[in-house]
Amino acid sequence: MENKKKITVAVTGLNAVDSPGPGVAVARGVRELEGYDVRVIGLSYEALEPGIYMEGIADKTYQIPYPSAGSESLMTRLEYIQEQEKIDVLIPNFDAELYNFIKLSPKLKEMGINTYMPTTEQFEARDKVNLYAFCQKHGFYVPRDKTIYNASELPAVAAHFNYPLVVKGKYYEAVVCQTLDQAQKAFHKLEAKWGLPIIVQEYISGTEINVAALGDGHGETVSAVPMRKLFITDKGKAWAGVTLEDSRLVKLAKDFIKVTNWRGGFELELMVTTDGRPYFMEINPRFPAWIYLTVGAGQNQPAALVRLAMGEKVKPYETYEVGKTFIRYSWDMIIDIEQFQHFSAFGEN
Amino acid sequence: MKILTNIAVSESGYLFNPTNGDSFSSNLVATDIITLMKQNKTSDEIKKALHAKYDVEKSTIERDYDEFIQELGDNYLLSTDGK
Repeated sequence: MENKKKITVAVTGLNAVDSPGPGVAVARGVRELEGYDVRVIGLSYEALEPGIYMEGIADKTYQIPYPSAGSESLMTRLEYIQEQEKIDVLIPNFDAELYNFIKLSPKLKEMGINTYMPTTEQFEARDKVNLYAFCQKHGFYVPRDKTIYNASELPAVAAHFNYPLVVKGKYYEAVVCQTLDQAQKAFHKLEAKWGLPIIVQEYISGTEINVAALGDGHGETVSAVPMRKLFITDKGKAWAGVTLEDSRLVKLAKDFIKVTNWRGGFELELMVTTDGRPYFMEINPRFPAWIYLTVGAGQNQPAALVRLAMGEKVKPYETYEVGKTFIRYSWDMIIDIEQFQHFSAFGEN
Repeated sequence: MKILTNIAVSESGYLFNPTNGDSFSSNLVATDIITLMKQNKTSDEIKKALHAKYDVEKSTIERDYDEFIQELGDNYLLSTDGK
């Protein structure tokens, strides 16, 4: 029998809901890490995140404080968890939590927890408010945008971009607006939900394509897999998607990694116009929720990230299966109320 | 006129364009045309094959064939550089 090395990997983002976090998909990929006996530790914010209770995802889950509580309270919690679990690798999966984890990464390393995340500079360069300048600097197509702090700025911006235009929240959500009235409503809704600033963006018509990729931190691409959404929910999330054969899209991800020396996983959200120009709509600094499709297509990005975090040399993937399709589904799990109560009361299961 | 070489066609007439993810269902005649195009048959050869197989006037085949080729082009399924 093969003597497998034991490894413990912690993941966040177990909220496999209608607007899912990537944690469950990342955990599935990590569990298929060859040559290792993998134990997965879930880190959740809420007691009702489905990944806590799903079979075969997390061996044990701990509740952690919301990012807004700050890095100190996160560190205190992680110190406790590390005493119990001896985590080898931690993979954060939310944009909003990344800043705290990046800040803590040297301390985590001292505790024996390896990570593979972008640097603060890389993280901030692709932020929504900096996206236009970033893409202009590196010669990527990008819609024009304007960052605003007051709804009174909208008429001037709209006159510049014309309708339709896109009003985007600081962290999440985007609303396509056809009139000033719609834009003002979207501004106030997104301000109330995510705070200021608000980004107003030129509308680009085309086909939405996403690329999930992994950079080694030295300008080399370990993996890049393009996907077209086949079914999109009312929240704009992919509920089904298919891998594509398009070397231009893979090259785009490679170019992005080369100019940034990107370290870790990321997702390019592109709008490809009918004449074939790929516009950068967003760059997400972590794996997307559909990351398990890369595993299905033959490039296990979460497992490759674990190897990189452990200091192993990872050979870049060269091929993947085109036409591999994922279809997400919802499923009613039945659990005993005691399981939920236990997690709510003790913050671990 | 040539169909893109990477277009996948199943026996049931399902077309998949791996470059942009578009997919289409085609009927029997359309599937025959695409299969013959993938075998690098010329327009005349394809029309002759259709005439031999189906009980239809030549003029109808001419018109339907041209319309179908137009439709393939509109959906980015034709090669523009002979590939």
